[in-house]
Amino acid sequence: MSFLSLTGVQKRFGATTAVQDFNLEAERGEFVSFLGPSGCGKTTTLRMIAGFEQPTAGRITVDGEDITHRPPNRRNIGMVFQSYALFPNMTVAGNIGFGMKVRKRPAADVKKRVGELLELINLPDRGDRYPWQLSGGQQQRVALARALAIEPQVLLLDEPLSALDAKIRVALRKEIRSIQRQLGITTVYVTHDQEEALSLSDRVVVMSEGRIEQIGAPPDIYNFPATPFVASFVGTLNLLAARLVDGPSGRLSVDGQEIRAAKPADSGAGRVTVALRPESIELGEGGGSNRLVGEVEDVSFLGSIVRTRVRLGEGATVSLDTFNDPGLAAATIGDTVTVSFPPEAALVLAGKASAEEAVEQAIAEG
Amino acid sequence: MSGRAPGALETIGASPPPRRRRPGSLVWWIVFILGFLYFFLPLLGTFAFSMRSQPLFSAYAVVVDDPQFARTLLYSFVVGLITILVSIVLIVPTAYWVRLRLPRLRPYIEFITLLPFVIPPIILVFGLLRSYSGGPLPLAGSDTGSDVLLVAAYVVLSFPYMYRAVDTGLRSIDVRSLTEASQSLGAGWFTILVRVIFPNLRVSLLSGAFLTLAIVVGEFTIATFLGRPAFGPYISLLGGNKAYEPAAVSLISFGLTWIAMGVIGLVGRGSRSRIQVAGAH
Amino acid sequence: MTASPSLIAQGAPPARHERRFGWAWLGVVPFLVFAVAFLVLPTVYLLVNSLTDSAGNPTLGNYAHLSEPNLADAYWASIEISLVTAIGGGIFGFLLAYAVIAGGLPSFLRSALTTFCGVASNFAGVPLALAFTFTLGASGILTPFIKALGLSLNIYSKTSLELAYLYFQFPLMVLIIAPAIDGLKRDWREAAENMGASSFQYWRHVAFPILLPSLLGTIILLFGNAFGAQATAYQLSGGTINIVTIAITRQIRGDVANDPGVGYALAIGMVVIMGVSIAAYTFLQRRSERWLR
Repeated sequence: MSFLSLTGVQKRFGATTAVQDFNLEAERGEFVSFLGPSGCGKTTTLRMIAGFEQPTAGRITVDGEDITHRPPNRRNIGMVFQSYALFPNMTVAGNIGFGMKVRKRPAADVKKRVGELLELINLPDRGDRYPWQLSGGQQQRVALARALAIEPQVLLLDEPLSALDAKIRVALRKEIRSIQRQLGITTVYVTHDQEEALSLSDRVVVMSEGRIEQIGAPPDIYNFPATPFVASFVGTLNLLAARLVDGPSGRLSVDGQEIRAAKPADSGAGRVTVALRPESIELGEGGGSNRLVGEVEDVSFLGSIVRTRVRLGEGATVSLDTFNDPGLAAATIGDTVTVSFPPEAALVLAGKASAEEAVEQAIAEG
Repeated sequence: MSGRAPGALETIGASPPPRRRRPGSLVWWIVFILGFLYFFLPLLGTFAFSMRSQPLFSAYAVVVDDPQFARTLLYSFVVGLITILVSIVLIVPTAYWVRLRLPRLRPYIEFITLLPFVIPPIILVFGLLRSYSGGPLPLAGSDTGSDVLLVAAYVVLSFPYMYRAVDTGLRSIDVRSLTEASQSLGAGWFTILVRVIFPNLRVSLLSGAFLTLAIVVGEFTIATFLGRPAFGPYISLLGGNKAYEPAAVSLISFGLTWIAMGVIGLVGRGSRSRIQVAGAH
Repeated sequence: MTASPSLIAQGAPPARHERRFGWAWLGVVPFLVFAVAFLVLPTVYLLVNSLTDSAGNPTLGNYAHLSEPNLADAYWASIEISLVTAIGGGIFGFLLAYAVIAGGLPSFLRSALTTFCGVASNFAGVPLALAFTFTLGASGILTPFIKALGLSLNIYSKTSLELAYLYFQFPLMVLIIAPAIDGLKRDWREAAENMGASSFQYWRHVAFPILLPSLLGTIILLFGNAFGAQATAYQLSGGTINIVTIAITRQIRGDVANDPGVGYALAIGMVVIMGVSIAAYTFLQRRSERWLR
């Protein structure tokens, strides 16, 4: 029995449809991320769960109750805003205790709960400070505590870390996840950062242009993307235009060179896209039964990874990532090399690799 | 004259930030309509009064034909232009150097530009009259001297607006980089001011100028006590002597102010160095 | 043994830096001279003369005169008018500003109101007084309606002056408070609702406290604004109403056979009141900017 469910939720603003046919069943205590680029509808959907937007169609239920048309101040849902939205005229303690104060809880209870939460977010002696006296990371933790103080049934976070430095982001997101696990609150987390989504969530909802592209656990999203969009948005990916030679046996022709995919391809499609993760390709012939020959165009040193870009015959390029091993010699630009990969690594997606996706690929390799 | 206070400085012509609105409730409509009525009725009353003259619109004709109308309006207009010029010549270098080289002076200069609010026109003219009648510089004694005092007083009144407009303009054009770029190309201070700074401040200067003009043309207190033939005293005189003509001239004056404000709004719209709504200080 | 770095550094002349500094001062000097000559000097003159009697000896007697009934009345009247129009103008001006900014009215009304307020705050003085005479005066357009309601309004009274002052107090409030209302982040309202607050609770605990410094500061500014107004009062009452600015007017004219020193004391008294109000306004505005950045 799902705890939070959205059924057929749709949001239209005049002529534009921001969210289209959104369906999700989330279990109690589950951490779900909405992942997608700006404008894909993830924030709009979140705001509909919070009640700040009204869906033009569909239903939202929490623990069996239909809350679709309930005003936002009568839902028991806590929200953490991207801009923190801490009340500047109140202290940290005042902010955290605001929800309880509004519900007219006795002052002693409020004080106790505020103390507990300050401990939870690791700011036990900052209760008397004002928001402008705190750093961004601290403010965000206070915002989290404020949302949790009312013991909500669902916790919503709208890109809470996007305004923070990279290091703080990583530390804070771990903290958020561990608090969430501790309290067992059903959580929806909106982000455009796929690393965040993959590392935190039980399940990820990948969205694009108002539609759900795929829902699944992080490994599934990454390893088995359902659409070209998911494939190119999540992780870096090589997208190669290919022609079907023989569908049932999975034989394809990339750039005039033949390879074989593990899964038989749909023989209806003539032109397809082959998706290859850079880490699944090896330099040399030991990587698998598929072989492609080309010329080394670029070698980038990315710290723990060395990324080699190989240009295949007709202009398509393939990037491969290898762990940085000081012992192994890297390829030189201009060398003719063979790259290899197993049939399982080749994902066949319907549809051509569009120019847009080629650009995305170039940027991802860049 | 009420005197304008710090806040009105650049809020004219500012565009509102995008905001999703809740549907308007009745209460706010009532508030707006009440406000509208309050502002509209006196204007309507003035207009109706001006219409009482026989034949219709003759009050306006009398006013426009009156040589004093043209003469005093021209006088105030010219005084306004001179005021604007002097104010610009004083303010622009000051704002420029304070921003670029003398940031420590900034609070003091800003304080000085706030003084005209602390010393309203009635006090200012009182002080000017007494200080400059007799003694080493008896400006108040002669007509020309009084003209000088009038311009000086108006320049002082324009300080808050001119300074704020120019300062905001300088901030938005990143004057430091422009200056350094000009210097690296070999320009001297005068060239920089005249050929680089002034042209880029066009919008701010125009806004400050029109505000100053509106203030000067409508001003009454200082012009009266200095005994100068300005537009403000003329309207007052008319109010004492004639029946319907004052109504006509009031509306004409209102219309002129509206035009001045409209120009400020137009000038400030869609231009790079646009005056920000900074709130008031 | 080479000289230590600090000695070498001391030896280097800062001539170049100084010369540039000198040039910059030159740019500011005309402004300062002007300000001193035509702003500071007249004020100091008034101050000095307020503290000397007709023989030239230092005295506080001029200020003592201010407690005489006629002048004390003038001060109370000025204070009353300024307070009434500041608070009234502040409250309704705020409501008006909020209505067009966040009250759900069509957005063109906001720019229309802003433009109008720019004009109306300039309309003060003689034309404003005339407009009110034509509307509420003896043969005013609205006077018959007022009489029909059983009320009567004397155009020379404080009340009609207050009504007239509001014509520039409302716009001033609207123009100044608008950025503060814009600064009320939508997020705060949503966060408050998310916590379960009703509209009233949001206003009481969040919006109003945040706006308070701005509101208070602007009302104080409005007070000063009304206190220093002369032209409107002069025209509307024919110079008969007993408020501080008119009292000063009489002093300048020499209408009153008073000790001239009293005029100076009156003037400086007003400067003090204006100074305090501007200072309070600036302080409160800085406070509110910290929150509404």
